[in-house]
Amino acid sequence: MAEKGLFEIKVGLAEMLKGGVIMDVMNADQAKIAEDAGAVAVMALERIPALIREEGGIARASDPEMIRAIQSVVSIPVMAKVRIGHFAEAQILEAMEVDFVDESEVLTPADEHNHIWKHDYKVPFVCGCRNLGEALRRIGEGAALIRTKGEAGSGNIVEAVRHMRQVQSDMKKLTVMDQDELMAAAKEMGAPFALVQQVAKLGKLPVPNFAAGGIATPADASLMMQLGAETVFVGSGIFMSEDPAPRAKAIVDAVTYFKDPKKLVEISSGLQSAMKGLDMSEIPEGERLQERGW
Amino acid sequence: MIGVLALQGDYEKHIQILDLLKIQSMEIRYPSEMDKIQGLVIPGGESTTMTDLMGRNDFYQPIQKFAKDFPILGTCAGLIMMASSVPDSRVKPLGILDIEVDRNAYGRQIHSFTDQLPIKLDDSETHVPSTFIRAPKITNMSSNVEVISKYEGDPVAVRQGHHIGLSFHPELDNVTVFHDYIFKKQLWKKTSLKHHAA
Repeated sequence: MAEKGLFEIKVGLAEMLKGGVIMDVMNADQAKIAEDAGAVAVMALERIPALIREEGGIARASDPEMIRAIQSVVSIPVMAKVRIGHFAEAQILEAMEVDFVDESEVLTPADEHNHIWKHDYKVPFVCGCRNLGEALRRIGEGAALIRTKGEAGSGNIVEAVRHMRQVQSDMKKLTVMDQDELMAAAKEMGAPFALVQQVAKLGKLPVPNFAAGGIATPADASLMMQLGAETVFVGSGIFMSEDPAPRAKAIVDAVTYFKDPKKLVEISSGLQSAMKGLDMSEIPEGERLQERGW
Repeated sequence: MIGVLALQGDYEKHIQILDLLKIQSMEIRYPSEMDKIQGLVIPGGESTTMTDLMGRNDFYQPIQKFAKDFPILGTCAGLIMMASSVPDSRVKPLGILDIEVDRNAYGRQIHSFTDQLPIKLDDSETHVPSTFIRAPKITNMSSNVEVISKYEGDPVAVRQGHHIGLSFHPELDNVTVFHDYIFKKQLWKKTSLKHHAA
């Protein structure tokens, strides 16, 4: 008997996305540009994070019509975002057969205590994290893929680096702990004990670990890959730049050749201006998207 | 030494299978690295992305030339890339297997599935777990292509000469039988002898 919706099958699609670039797109034309540039998947959303930041208001899951239009023009997986805890939005996206649901801090949270119980769905989920405890809570709820949050829509890599380094360093610490220290570590980081034991043994997350939030150049992509990301999400970085198509291609190439600085010279040459971006001091603390999620 | 094309996809999973079999392997990101290998895996991933990266980095001719002497194993997107015909202009296949392949023919991710599959390699028959992720379907093939396995009437594993193509992902289920067969058993021995004789 064929079985569908198993956790392993969800993680299986995440494995296929490795070494690739997942691009935020706001309409079918952008989706086509992304696919032609070599994106492994597109994330359909009505406003990319930089615009959400600029325009304000409540950011919700995208209009089904807009997602359908994107599904009809591309052959690569189509992802879409739901508000944290908004399981009805997730049910709608599953009914539309999107390939991955992002329970995302970029949208305005619907529940300030609980995330979605993701094991109930056949569609796989990706969730953001800033540290290992947050990553393991999301995996405990059924996330098949983790991305470090960074600061979406900032065009600034500093938060993505902070979060990736934090997760990596949290994991390294677990691997050198004695068995009798692991329960206290689980308590401290607020993570499911069985997953803490698993990370202590493996030295890595039990699902793929991608990076997001602030990637704007091929060098940013290379940096995140060298820090341990297995794929990158690029949100505002492509369609807020002056040259979306060549930049998208360059970032795809940079993820494949992230270890080769000579090749990166070639890849990075001749691009126009990247998105302007924001210093973290320009984003007041209460307005940082990364602080959403619990 | 067996190479695993590492432009995009689950190449690490294939390296883990080769490790289980104690077969030496290396990641391939440049055509020049193909001089060092005697077999190649084209992994799962996105065939549109692989088409772009193979084109931009001049992989088509070197892989086609390599295929004449050495075995290639392709899974999922790898199978698509090995086909002769893909009715989708976004993908440019290598033309290593005389088959036509339809991308994502089993549907979107929520239709991805796992099941037991009967496998017939030479005279030995076995069952293996198999995971199909947004899998492609083989819709046509020439008579010199041998079917190794069928699922619900459709061919999902094929062999032609020293090459094997699969719709599914043995690398996700720790299934070693295909890598073992193509790179260790008779196929490899034959090509090895032929190579040394030449």
